Amino acid sequence: MSKLKYTQPDEMGFYGEFGGAYIPELLRPNIEELQANFDLLATDEEFQAEFKNLLADYVGRPTPLYLSKKMTAEFGCPIYLKREDLNHTGAHKINNAIGQILLARKMGKTEIVAETGAGQHGVATATVCALMNMKCIVYMGEKDIERQAPNVQRMKFLGAEVVPATSGSKTLKDATNEAIRHWINNPTAYYLIGSVVGPHPYPEMVTSFQAIISKEIKMQLKEKTGIEIPTKVIACVGGGSNAAGAFFEFYEHEEVELIAVEASGLGNETGHSAATSVLGRPGVLHGSLTLLMQDEYGQVTEPYSISAGLDYPGIGPLHAHTIEIGRTKSISVTDQEALTAAKKLTIEEGIIPALESAHALASLYKIEFKSNDVVVINLSGRGDKDMKTYTNVGF
Amino acid sequence: MNPFKKDKKQISIFITAGYPNLESTTEQILSLQANGIDFIEVGIPFSDPMADGPVIQETSSVALANGMQMDLLFNQLGSIKDQVKIPLVLMGYLNPVIQFGLDKFLSKCKEMAIASVILPDMSLELYERFYKTQFEKYQIPVSFLITPLTNNERIQKIAKISENSFVYLVSVTSITGGKININSNVVNRYDEVKSLCGETPVMIGFGISNASDVKNAQKHADGAIIGSAYLKAVSKGDSVQFIGEICN
Ligand SMILES: Cc1ncc(COP(=O)(O)O)c(C=O)c1O
Repeated sequence: MSKLKYTQPDEMGFYGEFGGAYIPELLRPNIEELQANFDLLATDEEFQAEFKNLLADYVGRPTPLYLSKKMTAEFGCPIYLKREDLNHTGAHKINNAIGQILLARKMGKTEIVAETGAGQHGVATATVCALMNMKCIVYMGEKDIERQAPNVQRMKFLGAEVVPATSGSKTLKDATNEAIRHWINNPTAYYLIGSVVGPHPYPEMVTSFQAIISKEIKMQLKEKTGIEIPTKVIACVGGGSNAAGAFFEFYEHEEVELIAVEASGLGNETGHSAATSVLGRPGVLHGSLTLLMQDEYGQVTEPYSISAGLDYPGIGPLHAHTIEIGRTKSISVTDQEALTAAKKLTIEEGIIPALESAHALASLYKIEFKSNDVVVINLSGRGDKDMKTYTNVGF
Repeated sequence: MNPFKKDKKQISIFITAGYPNLESTTEQILSLQANGIDFIEVGIPFSDPMADGPVIQETSSVALANGMQMDLLFNQLGSIKDQVKIPLVLMGYLNPVIQFGLDKFLSKCKEMAIASVILPDMSLELYERFYKTQFEKYQIPVSFLITPLTNNERIQKIAKISENSFVYLVSVTSITGGKININSNVVNRYDEVKSLCGETPVMIGFGISNASDVKNAQKHADGAIIGSAYLKAVSKGDSVQFIGEICN
């Protein structure tokens, strides 16, 4: 197969200038073991078949591609929602968790460690660990434990140990630090990372497990309309796994506009934002060189977003690369804009979106549409976990 | 001449620049030197030290809150340059170095006669692909971490690159501040590492916390490096006593 222009990193894991494996020697054996096993998956028919079966019968895929008539009328072109919220456990995160737990099992692992922000990845990981009888330890920032309480309860009920990360901003960044430290201390554990971040080969691996989203979009669109490709695909970006999955099949179709929606919190000028591609510059965090929010001295700054899943100072290296070269466009959406969009979808469609996904919805008001546009928004998750936030803002 | 090559076994201390106070960097270097410490690793604090345990996480965040940053560190080192006779090593994560500018960093290292630089998240592969030319241009020796699990070929390669400094052998694969457990298996591996490194000195660090750990490590290497245990003593105000015990 010829090398894909955008989605395939070089042998050291670089997408353009971004990516790589910036890891201390202590992690080298762990990463080498992972790489060697990941390399075998593409040709492992048994793995591929089991992955496919679990996605179908356990996760409930394919998820629907839903044409919103109201949004179509409002924006003057067909607007489809890719319903990742209908996956088992309520978000796209389970696609990746299934892929990685099968890999972990192949590697003979019995202990899983993960980080989580919104708790969706933590829940997905705890779920697949229950399914595979594996021990599960999830690190979660103290602040996120507070604001995503229902997911903490779910993880615990599923048998996972939830360990609070109490350093720094007490959010996803710090949970990731703790998970990596745990992995250094316990090299026999499998680190099940939740987004397209971290050292090579994680970004490539997580992208490959989430790619099912765009594979389905392509097939479903063809089935429903006879159209081969949409004109615009929109997804929110925390680390960027749902976006990488929703964009994957379309990167090589240069005419498809790929729109990554970042959380700008109280606004990009306020110092309370998580819009990495606007506020960041190249830097190294969590094992890869990527766009990173940092001060002039290279210290990582604490991001802010109302959405725990988008509250991260970095972005996956694939996105850093494609945004820098202009293949992917980034749009910032504030807390308030996301909340308004969440309420609107709830009232008009009877779908309560996750706060993260609400950012993608809000971006519609910042894009110009033509009548011949065909738009797909990745609705990455459902809003059950966010009811406390939605209730507190007085909706 | 490799300044880390000595006839006697060595002791090194890791300090966090700017901890406990901004001015502590220079005070500690001079006092450790006066107490007979052989070389000092000056830690450049980083907000997200992924290979460090709670002690160095805490000292780093205090140092950053005190206002420590690269320019300031080099100014501090400049102010004591004429008094420092022992080798100084700069150790830190890559990002603050990249943001400062690698060329500027290395040229400052040259000016301050820094004996070696250790950037744990700059792997051998990344060094060779992106950074080696600059290190060589400024003739700043680089040291890499290795662990008992690092393969022989890689150890030899690293020892060769670090022939003007030393190889940093991590005692066990764990984050800093853990407890060392020197059993016969691991000791055999230390001895193998030592012989694979040939003329390049080997220093053992991570989890070395008292005089007995130091002695044990020194039996199988050229020296021992103490980090978290020293910083913990500093935080309790016991550093004088701690150094006294270690150096006896
Ligand atoms: C529903 C939902 N969408 C999006 C995200 C953001 O992650 P990513 O950017 O990796 O898709 C999260 C993360 O927790 C999430 O729960």
